[in-house]
Amino acid sequence: MYVAVKGGERAISAAHAWLDETRRGDPAVPELTVAQIEQQMGLAVDRVMAEGSCHDRFLAALAIKQAKGDLIEAAFLLRAYRTTLPRFGASEPLDTGAMRLRRRISATYKDLPGGQVLGPTFDYTHRLLDFALAAEGAPPPAAPEAAAPVAPTPRVTELLAREGLMQREAAEPGEPGDLTRQPLTFPAPRDVRLQNLARGDEGFVLALGYSTQRGYGGNHPFVGEIRVGHVTVEFTPPELGFPIEIGEIGITECQMVNQFKGSRTEPPQFTRGYGLVFGHGERRAMSMALVDRALRSAELGEDVTAPAQDQEFVLYHSDNIEATGFVEHLKLPHYVDFQSELENLRTIRAALARDSMAEAAE
Amino acid sequence: MNAPLAGYNFAYLDEATKRMLRRTILKAVAVPGHQIPFGAREMPLPYGWGTGGIQVTAAILGPADTLKVIDQGADDTTNAISIRRFFTRVAGVATTERTEEATIIQTRHRIPEAALREDQILVYQVPQPEPLSKLEPRRAETKRLHALADYGLMHVRLYEDIARLGHIAKAYDYPVMVNGRYLMSPSPIPAFDNPKMHRMAALQLFGAGREKRIYAIPPYTEVRSLDFEDHPFRPIRAPQACALCGSRESYLDEVITDDRGGRVFVCSDTDYCGTRVAAQKGVA
Repeated sequence: MYVAVKGGERAISAAHAWLDETRRGDPAVPELTVAQIEQQMGLAVDRVMAEGSCHDRFLAALAIKQAKGDLIEAAFLLRAYRTTLPRFGASEPLDTGAMRLRRRISATYKDLPGGQVLGPTFDYTHRLLDFALAAEGAPPPAAPEAAAPVAPTPRVTELLAREGLMQREAAEPGEPGDLTRQPLTFPAPRDVRLQNLARGDEGFVLALGYSTQRGYGGNHPFVGEIRVGHVTVEFTPPELGFPIEIGEIGITECQMVNQFKGSRTEPPQFTRGYGLVFGHGERRAMSMALVDRALRSAELGEDVTAPAQDQEFVLYHSDNIEATGFVEHLKLPHYVDFQSELENLRTIRAALARDSMAEAAE
Repeated sequence: MNAPLAGYNFAYLDEATKRMLRRTILKAVAVPGHQIPFGAREMPLPYGWGTGGIQVTAAILGPADTLKVIDQGADDTTNAISIRRFFTRVAGVATTERTEEATIIQTRHRIPEAALREDQILVYQVPQPEPLSKLEPRRAETKRLHALADYGLMHVRLYEDIARLGHIAKAYDYPVMVNGRYLMSPSPIPAFDNPKMHRMAALQLFGAGREKRIYAIPPYTEVRSLDFEDHPFRPIRAPQACALCGSRESYLDEVITDDRGGRVFVCSDTDYCGTRVAAQKGVA
């Protein structure tokens, strides 16, 4: 006699207890602290803040610990927390021209006002595993420090725009859209597209950006400028009516300079692809800028032929929390649907067998 | 009633979000079968695992409600347990496995066998609300097709099955026309369940979290499975009887019992089956 399996509830509890145990690993090895993750896994924290769409280093580090280092799972934890927070409003636009810079490079000019600042970068390191890091030791000696620059550091794209060579962006009136409150509609305005890309999966946006370079919707990009540093966030509380500083955040901004052939209404000029992300994330900011420019194809009168230029394709598939949920939901039970397919297939096969028997008899 | 989880609002979502959801639901009820976009929130359960249904349930749930959650017709499947636990934790409401005791039933992939009543609400979890999605992936385009009630694509798709296989081969998520106007995905329920939607006494609400759409079928609304005059719609079920309760009317799960072709068929609706088995024992 068949007896249906029960006990799912106990199985879930036991599975979660096992998960907790494997998260901790060998108890003989000291436990990671959230502060250690926040300080020593800084770029993982930055990625989780960006994809988790929440600028909080402590919470991102905690999420990484809880997720056993699975960064998409960590971003999911952070998003699920973020959604419970009240939304006070939109800040004033960030003035990235006034950024306190740790790094600033331009690939379009050898030298420029404010200079090139390499900052803490993997660029030009030789990727040789450093076995010295395997041994715990004293912290590295402090890096030499140059005098802080006194000259202002204007944005490269602004220098070009003053000459009339870079297309000016029209300021959109009102608060920017927020796709955590309003669902996507198409065609999606640029503010919403940028928000989507800023929280999008780094691998997905990277691959799409790369595809534009390989001929699928390319626009001859130059890195006008990448800047990494801290900016002040200002907010205007309705009861005050004027902006006040509420803190500062670490961000990475990338402005790509792209060719544009011109149209009937506009002369040939450079156009901008824009990337701005939480924390230090150059790969993410650059990919975002490439895809942003590709998504402008329609409004600039260019042919829309490549995946990276297709708004619905890009914006509906960039979110790794949505993607991972739906891909992984396939492991949920589908007995009912599968059973209906089984019966369906058996019916079709039986009918085919009858037909071929009848044919053979004729 | 248990005390709800400290630090969270009743049923997890804040009241402003619930109001947004209720407005969306009202709009959906007013235009039966029409997908209404809404600002779906990120839930603490993954997208694709019932976030749409959970948000709808959270918006309509009150402290006096009794909740039943089923997945594949069963109350004891892991994801159904997980969602029931979630609402026990964040709302502290009473839960039940008995269809007749529930005021709200959240379901994935099935409609209970027992007829539902006017004082009950059935909340479906929907992975893909757009019935035309496999034929036209662009939402800008499907929106236009719905506006024009241009459902030729779907008719051709069903006709192609008939031309190739002799009958319509869609076994689940079988498209329906609601109130003679909108083509609607019934969610991936077996086609066997489609006729239960027609003129159902209970309100039917559909939540798609990842795709950010809600739609509804008000009580006693006409719901027709798409078909042709010479190829009428026919629900499919395994021809066997349930090995536990002997039902020849219910939808069955096929269970493999060994590696030599042994199998039994049992009701997918565990409450329906259990109630029948209990009644049979009582008589004996």
